[in-house]
Amino acid sequence: MADETITRQSEPVDEYEREPVPERAWLGLSSFVGQYAGEHTAGTELMIGPLFIASGVGASAVVGGLFVGNLLAVLSWMFLTAPIAVRARMTLYFQLEKICGRTLVTAYNLANGVMFCFLAGAMVTVNATAAGVWFNIAMPGLNDLYPNSVGWVVTVLVMGMLMTVVAAYGYKVVARIANIAAPWMVLVFVAYGIIAARQIGIDSIGTFWPKAQELIWTGGAPLAGRAKFTFWHVMFFAWFCNMAMHIGMADLSVFRYARKSWYAVGTAAGMYLGHFIAWLSASILYAQQLHATPGNTDVLPGPLAYNAAGIAGVICVIVAGWTTANPTIYRAGLAFQAISPASSRYRVTLFTGALATLAGMFPAIAMKLLDFVALYGLVLMPMGAVVFVDFWLSGRFGFRNNYAEASGVAFNWAAALAWVLTLAGCLAVVNMGGMQIYFVGLPGWFAAATLYIVLSRLLQRKEVRL
Amino acid sequence: MKRAARLVSLVALAGTILPPVLYFTGHVELDAVKLWMLVATIAWFAATPVWMDR
Repeated sequence: MADETITRQSEPVDEYEREPVPERAWLGLSSFVGQYAGEHTAGTELMIGPLFIASGVGASAVVGGLFVGNLLAVLSWMFLTAPIAVRARMTLYFQLEKICGRTLVTAYNLANGVMFCFLAGAMVTVNATAAGVWFNIAMPGLNDLYPNSVGWVVTVLVMGMLMTVVAAYGYKVVARIANIAAPWMVLVFVAYGIIAARQIGIDSIGTFWPKAQELIWTGGAPLAGRAKFTFWHVMFFAWFCNMAMHIGMADLSVFRYARKSWYAVGTAAGMYLGHFIAWLSASILYAQQLHATPGNTDVLPGPLAYNAAGIAGVICVIVAGWTTANPTIYRAGLAFQAISPASSRYRVTLFTGALATLAGMFPAIAMKLLDFVALYGLVLMPMGAVVFVDFWLSGRFGFRNNYAEASGVAFNWAAALAWVLTLAGCLAVVNMGGMQIYFVGLPGWFAAATLYIVLSRLLQRKEVRL
Repeated sequence: MKRAARLVSLVALAGTILPPVLYFTGHVELDAVKLWMLVATIAWFAATPVWMDR
């Protein structure tokens, strides 16, 4: 009972989970600009920027790739996700339940929850690096996969436990801090880049570009154990790092509140502040470290931020990590709770946070964040293709939309096979075909769409079809 | 009260980004930048909750 009271007071309000959002609850453009700007300026941006440098990217490749990739991400939200969201006005989970059936949605929730846990784990890792500024703890190196010291394990444990308890008890407090911190946080990220640029030897805007090519994004050989990045790697990474959200349709749950579908243009605030400026700034921080101490390849956001901006810089790392881990742990908890609705939200969040903390002890996720983020999108993307095809193309191809709801099945085999076969195919191409994971998402989406059409035509019961 | 708090927030934002710009142009030392950014951070988190989201 005590748990339930606490949970009711501290969790965000989830409204209209099983009904279309009514007109009185629709939101304007500014709501989405603020939300995306805050959510995409996260602690993990401080990992991603340096990993571009570690991959030996050139200046034109990184700037051009980020510009085009982020534009494609915004257009994906605008023309694929939001048009369905403002017509159906339902959460992804409810829409999937109508298409796939209760049992298959449970499997999707499990995959979703696990991926969210690992992502939250990377955020715990980032925050734990802040402790390295004040305590003499052996921190993980760029190529470390496992915990490398007792001090590191204890630091992650303490940081993860704090985050977990706050996510369970004080969600709204942290959510409010996230709103308050967002404008300041964006400026601190910009400050990192400006300061590090000066430290590396750039002293005027006029000399920035030639010196950036010479000193920051040199386009040389990648560091040991890293793949060489080109324009195409950066572009596809920027486009698909939020693949689960746009073409994977997770943000149907967000844009069901939008008055107009074009309000998805608000995602540009997150893409160009977080995934452009913040990534480039973090890149410059890391380039400065490599310039000052060539042997030090560690990607540790805490010390990187401290060297540039002092204590304010470290506070920014902690706030950025905490405010994004908070909703991530909460969302993972929601996904798990959908599997076991009788469990209290409080206990599920604690369990989820413990899992994220355990994941955070392994630096592999943070140090291989580019690959993990690509995998995360890939796992959830096929269901987005299923939703898209079911909503727009089912009538044209002669099969029933919302098949599970119409037929009463709990497991839509067409959707399940489209999901699993696409994922298996993509992973086989990556592991056996040698194609890098950043490039399989696009053909994978079309494969999932095609499979769903063919399998629905083959497997749907005729009496349920239109 | 809210008006004053908004003004402090605005000054705090300026205090967050101007010192790095002045450091870039060679007008201040890094230690001063770090100090001013910390002061601005404290001011931002003290003033902004007074007017934002209320």
